[in-house]
Amino acid sequence: MRVTETWYLTLSAVLFAIGFVGVLVRRNPLVMFMSLELMLNAVNISFVAFAGRLDDIAGQTAVFFVLVVAAAEVVVGLSIVVAVMRRRPSITADDLRSLKG
Amino acid sequence: MVDVIVFVVAGVIVLAGGLGVVLNRNPVRSALSLVASFFGVAVLFVLQEAHFLALVQVVVYAGAIVVLFLFVIMLLGVDEVEDLSVEPLTGQRIGGVVAGVAVLAFLLGGLFLSGRGGDEGAVALTGTESVTQPIDETQPNIDNLAADLFGRNVLAFEATALLLTIATVGAVVLVRNAGAEDLTVDEPGRADR
Repeated sequence: MRVTETWYLTLSAVLFAIGFVGVLVRRNPLVMFMSLELMLNAVNISFVAFAGRLDDIAGQTAVFFVLVVAAAEVVVGLSIVVAVMRRRPSITADDLRSLKG
Repeated sequence: MVDVIVFVVAGVIVLAGGLGVVLNRNPVRSALSLVASFFGVAVLFVLQEAHFLALVQVVVYAGAIVVLFLFVIMLLGVDEVEDLSVEPLTGQRIGGVVAGVAVLAFLLGGLFLSGRGGDEGAVALTGTESVTQPIDETQPNIDNLAADLFGRNVLAFEATALLLTIATVGAVVLVRNAGAEDLTVDEPGRADR
């Protein structure tokens, strides 16, 4: 028995679905953000699996860029969350119905 | 055989961490489950000979992003438990789980039902193999990644540097209180200032 790339892709699909459910079900904005990071990690796993399967380093380069963009996204997203929740603490994602601050 | 054992252990850690993020009512415990999941992903990267990516995964994701999450959770004081039984739309939790199962079925169906099934499914997903930058097995992984990153993708690399600068400036601007005077050297900083 050998670990083939199909194993990694299956794991990636399951992790993506878990993060997907987390974004839909949770109301705390920070936990929704963390579920989004789970989905990004699932995609990273599948990128590296394909890099190994196709013997092409471009999959790992894609993971590198996904990591950088995810880090920038977390920085800006969390600063937005801080800016919003500073005014009204204990806010949930459902209360952010209008873009007006 | 060792590969199978390591994959199964790391996969269990990844999925258990993921479930911990989604199912925990306390956001701090969700963040700690996320750390566990990230470590599992780093082990999977090492298993596939992507050593530099495993390093960057641990340092950036587990070491910086989750720490940032914990800072914000503690700064805002939102670490009280969330009431998971309240749902704003009727049937939202059930609908969310059904949608998640549908997405999983879609992905696994695409993987296993295309092509000739089994391991050939991944082949059918990738299509014609055209290698852009082949992996040189004689060199370490970081040399291969550097050859691709600074060769074909150097413009994207510089663009990510610009992106990080923009993100930093944006973060400073977004959390700044309008009208508050700048802190002098003598005053300690306060979160509500």
